[in-house]
Amino acid sequence: MTRIKEDIIRDVMNRITLDRKYAKNLVETILKIMKNSLEQSEEVMISGFGHFKVRRKNPRMGRNPKTKESYEISERTVVTFYPSKVFRKELNS
Amino acid sequence: MKKSQLIDQLVKEMDEFADETNNKQKTEIARETVNLFFNSVKEAVRNGDRVEIRGFGSFTVKQYDAYVGRNPKTGDKVQVQPKKLPVFRPGRELRDMVNRSVPKKKKK
Repeated sequence: MTRIKEDIIRDVMNRITLDRKYAKNLVETILKIMKNSLEQSEEVMISGFGHFKVRRKNPRMGRNPKTKESYEISERTVVTFYPSKVFRKELNS
Repeated sequence: MKKSQLIDQLVKEMDEFADETNNKQKTEIARETVNLFFNSVKEAVRNGDRVEIRGFGSFTVKQYDAYVGRNPKTGDKVQVQPKKLPVFRPGRELRDMVNRSVPKKKKK
C-alpha cells in the first residue's frame, strides 16, 4: 500500500484539527518550508527522523550500457536523505 | 534548518490561514502537526509501505542482506546483520528547485 499526502492530511484532520482545509494548509506549508530551505542549499534536520542535505555533484562521464555510447553527465545538485539512528533502529526492531 | 525552526516558520505562515490568533495555540498546533507528519511517514515505512508525496519525494524501504564488512578504522572484519534502511527519492519539483538555484561552492 502506498501512503500519499492525502493520508497524512487525514491524519492531521483526525488527530489535530477537524477542518480539512486547515489540515491541508498545514501539511502543504510544512512541505513548502522544507523545499524552500533546500532550494537555498540549507540542510533540513529533523531529530528522530533524519536530515536532508543538498550536495553538489561534479560532472562525470557516463555510458549508455545499451549503446555503449559515452556522454557527459552534467554538474548537478541533488538532495540526499540520511536517516537518523532512531529511525534506523525502529525499522530494524 | 532544525525541526524547531521549521515549527517557528510554520507558526509565522499560519497567519495566512489559521483560525487561532493566540500564538501559544498556534505553536501547539504547529508542533503537533510537524511531529505527526514525520511520525506518519515513519509509521508507513515501518509497515513496509511506500510513502509518496508529490513534488517532494518518496520514501521506500530497502532490504540489505548480511555481509562481511570492515571496520574502516582498524581494518578488522565484521559480520553485518541483514538490515532494512529507508530510502528517499526526491520528486521532480524538488529536484528541479535545487538545480535551478544558483549552485554554491562547497565549503572546504
